[in-house]
Amino acid sequence: MMSLNMRATVVALVFLAVLLGLWEAMNQPPEASEALTEFELLMGGADDQARVPPPSQVLALAWQELSNPFYDAGPNDKGIGIQLAYSLYRVLTGYFAAALIAIPLGFVIGMSPLMYRALNPFIQVLRPISPLAWMPLALFIIKDSEQSAIFVIFICSIWPMLINTAFGVANVRSDWIRVAQTHELSPWRTAWSVILPAAAPTILTGMRISIGIAWLVIVAAEMLVGGTGIGYYVWNEWNNLDLNSVIFSILMIGVVGMLLDMALSAVSRLVAYEE
Amino acid sequence: MTDKKPLVSVEGLSKAYPSPNKGPDLVVFKDVNIALEKGEFVCIIGHSGCGKSTILNVLAGLDEASSGGVIMEGKEVAGPSLDRGVVFQNYSLMPWLSALQNVNFGVRARFPSWSAEQVEAHSKKYLEMVGLSTTMDRKPSQLSGGMRQRVSIARAFATQPKLLLLDEPFGALDALTRGIIQDELIKIWSESQQTVFMITHDVDEAILLADRVLLMTNGPEAKIAESVTINLPRPRQRSNIIEHPGYYKIRNHLVDFLVNRSGELALRESSDNSPVIVDPTDDMTDEPEPTDIKLVASESEQPAA
Ligand SMILES: Nc1ncnc2c1ncn2[C@@H]1O[C@H](COP(=O)(O)OP(=O)(O)OP(=O)(O)O)[C@@H](O)[C@H]1O
Ligand SMILES: [Mg+2]
Repeated sequence: MMSLNMRATVVALVFLAVLLGLWEAMNQPPEASEALTEFELLMGGADDQARVPPPSQVLALAWQELSNPFYDAGPNDKGIGIQLAYSLYRVLTGYFAAALIAIPLGFVIGMSPLMYRALNPFIQVLRPISPLAWMPLALFIIKDSEQSAIFVIFICSIWPMLINTAFGVANVRSDWIRVAQTHELSPWRTAWSVILPAAAPTILTGMRISIGIAWLVIVAAEMLVGGTGIGYYVWNEWNNLDLNSVIFSILMIGVVGMLLDMALSAVSRLVAYEE
Repeated sequence: MTDKKPLVSVEGLSKAYPSPNKGPDLVVFKDVNIALEKGEFVCIIGHSGCGKSTILNVLAGLDEASSGGVIMEGKEVAGPSLDRGVVFQNYSLMPWLSALQNVNFGVRARFPSWSAEQVEAHSKKYLEMVGLSTTMDRKPSQLSGGMRQRVSIARAFATQPKLLLLDEPFGALDALTRGIIQDELIKIWSESQQTVFMITHDVDEAILLADRVLLMTNGPEAKIAESVTINLPRPRQRSNIIEHPGYYKIRNHLVDFLVNRSGELALRESSDNSPVIVDPTDDMTDEPEPTDIKLVASESEQPAA
């Protein structure tokens, strides 16, 4: 009997094969010998451009792109690796800037009922705003499309981290706080050696949600600001009607998002504890 | 009776909570007076909800009384301190730290100037005392309930507080484990000569461990009605303590209080509201040794404030 993991892998591979098979089969160019309908004649032939390319073509392109991911042949022709690196740079800069503010502020909100009540209305109003809605204001104030994109990442990743940190800190078991008190720990020591490790899993959950949102938002932000990045790349290839590249970059967005999530999940495992 | 001042004296302690529907305040306990001598092991017994944990938390400085106060070594208790170590019923170990690190946590707080090696050596000594030398690197989640409580006891003793407060430390343990840890507790207590104040629900445990058992009446408006001297020789052994002629006298007295008298409001009491001192063995043929346990200071004896 195979282990559950082995069986799951086999089933997943079967699904993948069926999916690719169907995709491949349904997108074959029609036989050229077939008589063309009037509509197809109007559209300029049966093998019209709007047809989704089959996976075999996408894989061929993927092979070609991934074997030379960092080539740079001018502003409109850069390798997928370069485009992803631009996006990752923006995401990570905005994300860590947000963490730098959200985690200390979340501590303050979580530890002080006064600050919680005072800041909660701001959070409730600002949080539901779509990060892209900030874009025009950011462009106007910052006057730099690169930094505006980073700002949008900053603003969208701050909320989950802030709210989770505040929640985690506010809900540290009172027993542990009492232990810190009976050992006469200073507030700083208590925050560092009791509250931080106790709240770390909740904080990491917030950080994981944030990186996911940041990666979702960067694609849209780069479609707006243009120039470089994977979001721009997708839009640019769409304008070139290069569906192969569009599909390939969609897959790459998924893969990089998954890797980011896996990295954060590895960190959460480091700080996790069992009660 | 000596005129030595007690290590800790609880004076006129009351706790009331405002009633939720604007009625009179809910008085949990009222005018509680306790004196703890240095090196004494005192247990407190009373029905659930009478306010034992509240008293212990006030002693620890974690909770505030509505009136009255606690004086320790001439100073009013106004907040938690390393002089008063607490063992909580639910162990309160940090689950992200190993057993050894949990004890280190306490030792480092107590002796901030020590090097890491000194801290670790000290912690290991106390973990060995409670029989955990082989499981020191495990996290609390990988330890049994009894082992966790031992870590918690090791942490409390390792910080060498002047007063140890134990809130039903063995409440969640099975009888066998409980017995073993009771033996370990009595062993390190007799070595360290620390003062211990312990809440328990178990009459036999109280007789085995305590010099004195305080009996609380039922709430609301609970008070400490009696201070029962446990006049049994030490070292006491679980296996043979029941053979002592005084054992059943004491046990019957305690059980009778809990079953029949704790609910009575009109209990005999002395004029100054101090608990009545009772020695259930003092009518026995062998002359009881005079106890050197002092009652809580009455009004006239109190040190000039
Ligand atoms: N916030 C509160 N508001 C009102 N009453 C309270 C509050 N906290 C505690 N009490 C009451 O105080 C009383 C004493 O509680 P405490 O925990 O000290 O009892 P206890 O003697 O330790 O009981 P147990 O043996 O079950 O642990 C209880 O009757 C409880 O209902
Ligand atoms: Mg209690």
